[in-house]
Amino acid sequence: MVTLKELPTTELFGPGHRMCTGCGPAATARMTMKALEKPAILVNATGCLEVASTIYPDTAWKVPWVHTLFENAAAVAAGIEASLRKQGKADEVDIVAFGGDGGTFDIGIQALSGALERKHDFTYICYDNEAYMNTGIQRSGATPYGASTTTTPAGSKIPGKVDAKKDLIGVCVAHRIEFAATACVAYWNDYITKVRRAAAVKGPAVIHVLAPCPLGWRFETSETIKLAKLAVQTRYFPLYEVDHEKYKLSMKVPKPAALEEFLKPQGRFRHLFAPEFAQNLEELKRQVDGNWNRIAELCGETATQA
Amino acid sequence: MNGDEAVAFAAKQADVDVVAAYPITPQTIIVERFSDYVANGEVDTQFVCVESEHSALSACVGASLAGSRVFTATSSQGLALMHEALYLASGLRTPIVMAVVNRALSAPINIHNDHSDMMGSRDCGWIQIYAENAQEAYDWTLQAFRIAEDDRVSLPVTVNLDGFTISHAMEGVAVLEDEQVSKLLGKRAAKYRLETSSPMTFGALTLPDYYSEFKRQQVEAMNVAPPVIGQVTDEFKKTSGRQYSAFSTFNIEDAEAAIVCLGSIAGTARTVATKLRSQGKRVGVIKIWQYRPFPTNQMAKLLSKIKSVGVIDRAVSFGAPYGAVCSDIAATKAMTGADTKLFNVICGLGGRDVKPSDIEGVFDKALRYARGEPVDDHFSFVGVRE
Repeated sequence: MVTLKELPTTELFGPGHRMCTGCGPAATARMTMKALEKPAILVNATGCLEVASTIYPDTAWKVPWVHTLFENAAAVAAGIEASLRKQGKADEVDIVAFGGDGGTFDIGIQALSGALERKHDFTYICYDNEAYMNTGIQRSGATPYGASTTTTPAGSKIPGKVDAKKDLIGVCVAHRIEFAATACVAYWNDYITKVRRAAAVKGPAVIHVLAPCPLGWRFETSETIKLAKLAVQTRYFPLYEVDHEKYKLSMKVPKPAALEEFLKPQGRFRHLFAPEFAQNLEELKRQVDGNWNRIAELCGETATQA
Repeated sequence: MNGDEAVAFAAKQADVDVVAAYPITPQTIIVERFSDYVANGEVDTQFVCVESEHSALSACVGASLAGSRVFTATSSQGLALMHEALYLASGLRTPIVMAVVNRALSAPINIHNDHSDMMGSRDCGWIQIYAENAQEAYDWTLQAFRIAEDDRVSLPVTVNLDGFTISHAMEGVAVLEDEQVSKLLGKRAAKYRLETSSPMTFGALTLPDYYSEFKRQQVEAMNVAPPVIGQVTDEFKKTSGRQYSAFSTFNIEDAEAAIVCLGSIAGTARTVATKLRSQGKRVGVIKIWQYRPFPTNQMAKLLSKIKSVGVIDRAVSFGAPYGAVCSDIAATKAMTGADTKLFNVICGLGGRDVKPSDIEGVFDKALRYARGEPVDDHFSFVGVRE
């Protein structure tokens, strides 16, 4: 684990970007730039981070940065890597692609799969705020069961999203990449350590980082880090890494806080606390438990003790 | 060699740094041959064998922004899948060269030649060249790198060749020596690139306060392309002895009726024109090489001297008065104020053979109009069951 003193004071993701107050992805971007040790080239999929950081003629990035489309960040990164390899510079530069959950779980999964399979040397970071926040909070493959979004609204008959969250890391690990990990914006040293590991491995690496969105999740902008911590401490979002296909928990949660502590401050889950949707709240709990047990088992832990 | 092999050989001689491509009939031979070059160490190229055409062009854009000379090739559905990335390449001013082996679009699925693929992406901001045969496909592919990478232009270029008719037909192709090509093309020296020592932002969000200026600059790049193309074709002639320009003409000087067309059909048109000339009929052929930027002024000058023109389109612009090529010719004609009579013929869709008799019918019609008959049929199909 890195310590604060080891981090550079330089801000390569500059102040002056136009991300929202309390934005999880903005903090993720800033920490990423502090984590990278080599000169970097960034590729950004369409999304909040892209639109709010480079409104022409301004840019918040003090590194070479490119945005092209929504679904192709991994492919653009692959092309840049091929070019640098030809120039003999591939080992001198960290190529990092940022995508939101929509740009990664959904529309960008094909390009990501292709780039992972071809073993391009780059780091893919999915900042996950669990919906299409840039277009106004629509459900994505990363939106959890029960969450209310503008395309899975909490109606009187259907209380939010009916499908479960996709296992992104599982998809990536199936490509037999050297390193994949989940992370959370609240645990900065875990995140930075993982980004450094991801950048260091030869070939592709993926980091899936939970980055709350106050606007989309509907909570106070001052609570982002607190809520992100609760996501981990309730076992809602397990922190683990997969190094050479070997799963390992990064943080054990032997005495989890009640899931309600994470859910209640968020407007997107409020309807689940109405008596008529009690069974849906139970289903979400079952899914959270099931996912934790599955991950703990993959990590060789006993679920309840982990 | 066939047309695809000629293109692959040109890309090899151009010493491209990065190729990112995906197979599709009838383009496949290009990526296969290029893969052979890579596998046998005949090129020093990073070949990225991507999982889709969308990623192919996306990777090409990334590589080009990083400063590399980049080549790719596609066809039909592949070009359609690339559609949004086509605009990226032109908007980000990446000088990618792409061979488009023209093929019909689904549905119904058809693997044979027409121009609906490229015409469907006509307004994507790329320079668009159409070749008539394997020799032209080879020659234009080489020239395309110089045109695209010229700082004044900095636009991507497609070299179009008709699927199967050119791509798979074996022909004699006169090729240059490697040294001649490297002298002609040099190395790419990218003015703006992803470079860690001088960080730049590419692809920023551009709102109504600046977007129009970006588009205006792309128009300007298209406007300065013709003289650059002229310089490149002149230099190419010095090396190869073969002269190219925006379009070629055949027996046009005293022609009262002419056919305007793109691609391989021009050969048939010339053969038929020769036969009709021997019968004393004053007919000629205009074959467009440089479809974008459209050679409006030169074409206007030429058209004003011809009484009647039949324009062949190998793609339908559904619901429009004409196909794409004829629309351009009509607009050009309108600018001249000339009273050239104009009609559009759609033929050769999905690889339908266009016979000399079909072309003769077009010439006959053009001659009738030239001799004073009113244009009673502005838009028609040839060789189609009605």
